[in-house]
Amino acid sequence: MKWISAIIMILFFALMLYATSGLPDHADPQAPANVHVSPFYIENSVKDTHTPNTVTAVLADYRSYDTLGETVVIFTAGLACVLILMKRKSDDKTKVPKHRSSDNL
Amino acid sequence: MIKQRYQSIVVQTICSLLVPFIQLFALYVIVHGHYGPGGGFQGGALLAVSIILQRLYLGREVSYQKFPLKLAPALAAIGMLIFGLCGVIPMITGGAFLDYAYLPIPWVHGAELRALGILIVEIGIGLAVFGSLVLIFDNLVGERW
Repeated sequence: MKWISAIIMILFFALMLYATSGLPDHADPQAPANVHVSPFYIENSVKDTHTPNTVTAVLADYRSYDTLGETVVIFTAGLACVLILMKRKSDDKTKVPKHRSSDNL
Repeated sequence: MIKQRYQSIVVQTICSLLVPFIQLFALYVIVHGHYGPGGGFQGGALLAVSIILQRLYLGREVSYQKFPLKLAPALAAIGMLIFGLCGVIPMITGGAFLDYAYLPIPWVHGAELRALGILIVEIGIGLAVFGSLVLIFDNLVGERW
């Protein structure tokens, strides 16, 4: 069974390699990703936001809704950690075996 | 649970020298996000690393006096609140959601106000990431609340 999956992986790899020949060149100004909104950001970000760093202007101003979502994700991760792992002081007298408690860090 | 301070004078000295510089660099990364690489996420992670390093080499007695256990979730929530208010207040004063040009700050207008809004939002992100990472560390270590 192992060599069947190996052959499938090799075929998939060859397919992916073949597909890369259709991609635009690196840093091609005529690539579809570079002709839609990128010129607008490059031309207007300093005038609109007085921020020389275009990446910051896009992340925190033009696309700040996305950044808000990212921050909420991290905050939610912290809250989930509290909900799952929190130990109260009153839990100390529960019957957790000594060798399984996390006191040895 | 972290019991006591790390028993090595080399570790103590190096870490106590390192922590203020990490925090200073973190503030630089947050504030300098307009002009170079950096911003709230990276600066917040650096701030969290400085506090986690303190937790590791100082032990719980001193470290929880310097940075209390319940300060981390409060900071994270305050950071999220700053970001959320930056989104909602422009809606009240007539703009769109997260349109910093409508923040009610006097003497600053237009593009300057948007630059200031980016700074406020970056500070909010920094606080949220800082608090969340320290909170995750404290809970993974198994600290009693």
